[in-house]
Amino acid sequence: MATTSTHYRTMPEGRRSTGWRALWLLALLFTVSTASTAFAASDDFEQGLALLSEKSFSKKGRAIELLVASGHEQVLPLLQTMSAGELYYRKSDDRIVTRRDADTGYEITDAVSGEALGTVGRRDVKKVAINNTLRSQLTQAIAELQLGAADPGIRKTALEAMLSELTADSLPLLEKRRRTEQDDSVIEVLDIAIAVAQLESSERSVRLQALQALEGSLYPSVRNRLVTMTANDADAGVRKAAEKALITIESRVNLFSNLETLFFGVSLGSVLILAAIGLAITFGVMGVINMAHGELIMIGAYTTYVIQLLMPNAIEYSLLVAVPAAFIVSGLVGIAIERGVIRFLYGRPLETLLATFGLSLVLQQAVRSIFSPLNRSVETPQWMSGTWEINAIFSLTLNRLYIIAFCLIVFFLLHLILKRTRLGLEVRAVSQNRQMARAMGVRSQWVDALTFGLGSGIAGVAGVALSQLTNVGPNLGQAYIIDSFMVVVFGGVGNLWGTLVAGLSLGVANKVMEPWAGAVLAKILVLVFIILFIQKRPRGLFPQKGRAAEG
Amino acid sequence: MLIKSLLANDRGGRILLTALLLVSVAVVASNQLLPQDSMLHVPTYTVTLLGKYLCYALLAVAVDLAWGYLGILSLGHGAFFALGGYAMGMYLMRQIGDRGVYGNPELPDFMVFLNWQELPWFWSGFDQFWFAMIMVLLVPGLLAFAFGWLAFRSRVTGVYLSIITQALTYALMLAFFRNEMGFGGNNGLTDFKDILGFSLQADSTRLGLFIASAIALAAGYLLCRSVTNSRLGRVSVAIRDSEDRVRFIGYRVEKIKLAVFTLSAVLAGVAGALYVPQVGIINPNEFSPLNSIEAVVWVAIGGRGTLFGAVVGALLVNYGKSYFTAAMPEAWLFALGAIFVLVTLFLPRGIVGLFNRDSDQPSKARHPTDGDDSGPVTTAALPQEAH
Amino acid sequence: MTAMGYVPSWLNRDEVFEFLKPEPSARLDLSHNCILYLEDLNVSFDGFKAINNLNLYIEPGELRCIIGPNGAGKTTMMDIITGKTRPDSGKAFFGQRIDLLKMSEAEIAAAGIGRKFQKPTVFEELCVFENLELAMAGDKAVWPTYRARLSGEQMDRIEETLVLIGLENDRWLRAGILSHGQKQWLEIGMLLMQNPKLLLVDEPVAGMTHQEMDRTGELLTSLAGERSVVVVEHDMDFVRSIARTVTVLHQGSVLAEGTMDQVQSDSRVIEVYLGE
Repeated sequence: MATTSTHYRTMPEGRRSTGWRALWLLALLFTVSTASTAFAASDDFEQGLALLSEKSFSKKGRAIELLVASGHEQVLPLLQTMSAGELYYRKSDDRIVTRRDADTGYEITDAVSGEALGTVGRRDVKKVAINNTLRSQLTQAIAELQLGAADPGIRKTALEAMLSELTADSLPLLEKRRRTEQDDSVIEVLDIAIAVAQLESSERSVRLQALQALEGSLYPSVRNRLVTMTANDADAGVRKAAEKALITIESRVNLFSNLETLFFGVSLGSVLILAAIGLAITFGVMGVINMAHGELIMIGAYTTYVIQLLMPNAIEYSLLVAVPAAFIVSGLVGIAIERGVIRFLYGRPLETLLATFGLSLVLQQAVRSIFSPLNRSVETPQWMSGTWEINAIFSLTLNRLYIIAFCLIVFFLLHLILKRTRLGLEVRAVSQNRQMARAMGVRSQWVDALTFGLGSGIAGVAGVALSQLTNVGPNLGQAYIIDSFMVVVFGGVGNLWGTLVAGLSLGVANKVMEPWAGAVLAKILVLVFIILFIQKRPRGLFPQKGRAAEG
Repeated sequence: MLIKSLLANDRGGRILLTALLLVSVAVVASNQLLPQDSMLHVPTYTVTLLGKYLCYALLAVAVDLAWGYLGILSLGHGAFFALGGYAMGMYLMRQIGDRGVYGNPELPDFMVFLNWQELPWFWSGFDQFWFAMIMVLLVPGLLAFAFGWLAFRSRVTGVYLSIITQALTYALMLAFFRNEMGFGGNNGLTDFKDILGFSLQADSTRLGLFIASAIALAAGYLLCRSVTNSRLGRVSVAIRDSEDRVRFIGYRVEKIKLAVFTLSAVLAGVAGALYVPQVGIINPNEFSPLNSIEAVVWVAIGGRGTLFGAVVGALLVNYGKSYFTAAMPEAWLFALGAIFVLVTLFLPRGIVGLFNRDSDQPSKARHPTDGDDSGPVTTAALPQEAH
Repeated sequence: MTAMGYVPSWLNRDEVFEFLKPEPSARLDLSHNCILYLEDLNVSFDGFKAINNLNLYIEPGELRCIIGPNGAGKTTMMDIITGKTRPDSGKAFFGQRIDLLKMSEAEIAAAGIGRKFQKPTVFEELCVFENLELAMAGDKAVWPTYRARLSGEQMDRIEETLVLIGLENDRWLRAGILSHGQKQWLEIGMLLMQNPKLLLVDEPVAGMTHQEMDRTGELLTSLAGERSVVVVEHDMDFVRSIARTVTVLHQGSVLAEGTMDQVQSDSRVIEVYLGE
């Protein structure tokens, strides 16, 4: 990156504010570098403070310079308050204050010391007025102060905020900062800022070099700058280079927006998988149509809600408790359903469908009666909220990331259970040949109940995850039941990997179509696609093969 | 005579049609002739409610034809019902003319509200009653035909078929919720004024609609009975029991299923079309998967594969629903859910099955040798019969 | 050969222009004295070769018995002939012109191939009479089926068949409550009602008493001549009692063919049946 360039663009005539700012910046150059030392005189601070109550905007400008030069620790909050238009002075003694509405007049507080000064009449205070010039001066000053801040995060944010306003005048400051800056992430932004500032250079070669440095940068303000440049720059070569840089940027932006779509798709897909995977067990392995599956998910979500009610002071850990709790609660309900209803209906899938649908109505109404028909809100622990910022335009929300990871963990655990444990072996045996399995001493009834409990328990676990994404209400389950069936049928019944692939691909397909079709239409299209797909391949993506599967 | 021969072996059907006739006459007479304060006076509100039940009963008969005889547990009949309803609703909407809130002579209110400038192409023609009636038959019929053609050809059966019919219904519901579809979105079609020039608020119109529903139910019942009495009906039962075996004796199972399924969907559409003017609204909630599955339960409760039972089930459950939702709304879903479970567990042949223990014994009376039906011998003339 | 022969229809020929359709027997071209050709058939399930280069020719009027150990591909072969399973490669022709591989199960059945399954499958909810009625040869498209009424002639045929299969007194019984042997007979009866040119019979005497077996044997022998009959059977005594020609299948292809005596003295057959 071209940080050693010494070519500065000469000041164009007629741009007084910029010229003015250059002077001011020179002052700043001096002050910021010395701000951390104890060298600054507190005189500057007092003087600046006094000037703030002046009417003249230029005097107020001078006040800002003095304040910044003072290096006083209260300068930053003071300037921020001023920039927000919330700074006042008391007419009687020109004391700088902030005010709050009171019954009679205002309650005022000293802006520097925070000392309460009592209540005054409405006409006793006057606003420290600012105009546009002052506002940009303030913005810049605040940014520069932040640039000198000890926390690299603040420095970085300040730099990013500055990007759209940088001119050639900012360059010396930036380069100076560049020489002392230690933090890598700040250096990265700093380099971009320097390049942006160099775009204003009068030297063609500097501008070209800067363009090169900016290729692929994702900051929206950089992009806007380049767009202006392609139209306005005097030099055709530079315009061309700017266009080229812009193309690279656009393609990177596209790449990241595609990645974002993919992320949303995978995230939706993992939700679908979580919702469907329990069904893949009960429907796929056991051949039982459980229309109450959605309600088992709902029960899981309500379990989370209850757990949070029980431990209001430990929301951070509530989910860790909720996962096993929901597994147990939903699992037990599932076993009760299997023992109470389904076992009488083996071999009569259509009747099973009706009976379990009836159960789903009962469960819904039960939840309505117990918890009210309104949605309940489940809190998100601190560690799950927030985002992971990868660059200026691409960031991933943590709760979705956790759910993707959670989905994979559940999937592989389940896979492990089915492939590696005694229970899994018996489940597979029973699902392939019930009579034979019984003849070999497998207690098929017991296996049925446990398998159904397992599938139901996983539905409950899915409910915990869903409680972090959507509203928890009595209709939560209904929203997912059809999607879950579609995932299982699309993937191929009796095939966990099929469920994984189907869930992910349906999720991604949904999100890919959403931008141009809208969410509802995308969903309809996906449904229609599956309906047609089933006609073509009735056994799904990964059918079970062989003679046993025939007929 | 045709009716007599159809019902020769159908005690339930005879009871049903007689009851239908008697109730219709009684209801009309009491509503029109008795004074309002008489004990036996049937208020118009009740007439409309009965008409609504009759529409449900026709829907149940349609479901039973597909499920009880052909073995297709369709969770999409609610959608066919709703499509028929929408076709009728579109006609009623066009009849409003400039009496809407916005007074636009051409566009229904919701289109004016959405700033649409002209009627979408698929709304044209619906100002004509005959056209709307054709659409009532055609739209559900075509959807069922297209869907069945795909599904039966690729041999999607059993629960798979149920699940994808449900997905179809769900997709339609989502689609009709969209304003862009041009069917009134969330609110659907409502504020109807009159039908064929008769005000929908008038008692006489309501009686007329009630009678039309009764006639439709009777006709639908007889049509289904004529199918189940024919060899086609016996092939349907054979398909229900062993689809593959039917193929090996030379029937095109796909075509038979397609024909019966489409007929069933058309009947559901007719039921929907009669339902809409009586309740005065059609909206996307009619597509809700719950409605379709409820219709199946009516049939299950009454007794599948009997047609008569479907009518009984539909009337009983809907009467119960009206009663419960008024008396204890909380309890209704519990009751309905419990009915689902209990009927499948303890009453696999429904209420009719309780009274009719030997209903599945094929009766001799069905046969020309024993019955009085010596209709024209149609197949004898065909060349295939020569051995 | 195929181009001019049976054109698999995308036109709905069976429902329209019914009178234009030649009868199955008219389309069945037996000019080379062969009613069934199976050539170079191959089928595999998940890598397992169920049928391996199978060649089989059946003459008109022939009674052929097919034997072979379990997994030899007997049932799969029947599945191919009746359209239930599609082979990976090979040819299957009914007569000279009817390409079985391009037809659906129903079309094959209508063309004149009847099949009796290993496990008797009758329509349990229908009565014996109705089972026979449905199986009866005739126009099986939707509308004619709806309009169908039994003619006197057809009644007579059903009557004859009822007598033949010994169920004349049980005609109004639900097929589901028949005994296993009765179901076997009913299924044979249904096969007869279809009036096929080629009968495929899979283990007809399983579950039958000796007496019933003898009657079945007689019936099958009497059927041959007018029709061709292919019997798959495990019961060697039964095969010996009816067979003129026996084909031994092993691992999906023909191991030996000839009279029962020839086959039984074939060293390879002995090896397959008795082990190394």
